[in-house]
Amino acid sequence: MTNTVNKIMPTAKPFSLSSSRSLNTQAYRFFGWVLPPIFGLFLLVVIWALIAEHTPELPGPIKTWVSAVELFSDPFYDHGINDKGVGWNILASLQRVGLGFGLAALIGIPLGFIIGRFEFVARMTAPVISLLRPVSPLAWLPIGLLVFKAANPAAIWVIFISAVWPMIINTAVGVSKVPQDYMNVAKVLNLSEWKIVTKILFPFVLPYMMTGVRLSIGVAWLVIVAAEMLTGGVGIGFWVWDEWNNLNVEHIIIAIFIVGIVGLLLELMLTQIAKRFSYE
Amino acid sequence: MEKANADKYVQLEHVDMTFNTKKGTFNALKGINLNIKEGEFISIIGHSGCGKSTVLNLIAGLLQPSEGLLFCAGREIAGPGPERAVVFQNHSLLPWLTCFENVYLAVERVFSTETKAQLEARTHAAIELVGLSHSSDKRPNEISGGMKQRVGIARALAMEPKVLLLDEPFGALDALTRANLQDELMKIMAKSGCTAVMVTHDVDEAVLLSDRVVMMTNGPSATIGEILEVKLPRPRARLALAEDQEYNHLRSEVLRFLYERHAKKSA
Repeated sequence: MTNTVNKIMPTAKPFSLSSSRSLNTQAYRFFGWVLPPIFGLFLLVVIWALIAEHTPELPGPIKTWVSAVELFSDPFYDHGINDKGVGWNILASLQRVGLGFGLAALIGIPLGFIIGRFEFVARMTAPVISLLRPVSPLAWLPIGLLVFKAANPAAIWVIFISAVWPMIINTAVGVSKVPQDYMNVAKVLNLSEWKIVTKILFPFVLPYMMTGVRLSIGVAWLVIVAAEMLTGGVGIGFWVWDEWNNLNVEHIIIAIFIVGIVGLLLELMLTQIAKRFSYE
Repeated sequence: MEKANADKYVQLEHVDMTFNTKKGTFNALKGINLNIKEGEFISIIGHSGCGKSTVLNLIAGLLQPSEGLLFCAGREIAGPGPERAVVFQNHSLLPWLTCFENVYLAVERVFSTETKAQLEARTHAAIELVGLSHSSDKRPNEISGGMKQRVGIARALAMEPKVLLLDEPFGALDALTRANLQDELMKIMAKSGCTAVMVTHDVDEAVLLSDRVVMMTNGPSATIGEILEVKLPRPRARLALAEDQEYNHLRSEVLRFLYERHAKKSA
């Protein structure tokens, strides 16, 4: 294309050459950016199809797709407590995650600030955190059931306990990393504790905190499926278990994709929020 | 309050400073005695590691002496106070606040009884004093190193301190910017008339700006070696002084102290 343009308008050579080249690099960049992920997903579907071909119990991609179209054509039906549309199940899970995660943020972030700010509290809480953090969140479920005497608060409790650690730890690390220079400024300006928190600590810690929040939401969403499998009711985890009992394998595969996509969206959303709060 | 002796506005009496480090105690300063007059400009000069910044931090109240006493305006220095403002070496502006907000933070605390409009007027005045009105809404990472240091100076001056403490204020700047800022600092100090203590390792800077140059011996257990009076008339002009006999004599006095009598062995 560059050649024909050059023949017609030789004077325009440098311009047309450079613009077509930049167009080419742009296109190249775009495809270089977009093609590998598409290829990766395609490969996943191919492998899945091949395995399904040789495993009669496992539905292939096409069968699953048909089932998904049918499922999502009416996501919000309600046929009683054990038969609700997939939309309701997703919303129920999101609500639990939202509540558990929100409570974790409400307690974890201020606690992280206090731990990072006061050496004594840090040393006091260190053994407790080290002891409790590696415990599988599901191990807390019986305690939740015992204390709350109901499945739903117990599930929220499990989400809370799994989401709270990254927020406490990341916030505390952020606070302890505040440069001494800034604290000297605070001392010389004789700033009040409130001003130190709002004008120095909070802006500095925010990126660390957002990392904690992102890790938390990831863990919370990871745990909800398992928790709901055990507690039952409405929710994506329970739905997976229910479809397993019905031997509806297409729906189980769809659920895997739903969990993955919702988790991805949550993560993306928080990354965007984190970018907004960055002062750089 | 008892009127402070103008000749002993800032007083350091038998000040010792010992730090507890992992390797044991480190005696940084030993027997520092210094009286600073009201309105005087003092430079503290010495090789790196001689504890000159420690002296400044003691006056600022950021550190407490192991032995001895420090006074400012007749009162013992017990901690940082608004009458002693600090200009930090690395400007130490908060990167998430604009230049205006950085200065406002200081003003707001010192003049807490004033209205918002008065506080804003003070902030604008301080920023104008250092010639940065056009950049007051910019963040520190959007302006040059010299401009950042100007904001640091504005922040300190906006507090209307009685003593301005400068910790190698121009150390991180290039030679031209440094010269510019030195000239401006001289003008500003002449206008405000406040007392100043500056830590520096630049001989020209020390002689050009100061009324007295305090020369420190090498650490550990560093102390004041000599004090040099600089009786050059003000206002001082950089170019004229370069040819001035008295100036060059003073300059070589400081150099002789630093490189002959107290040369640093491992440099």
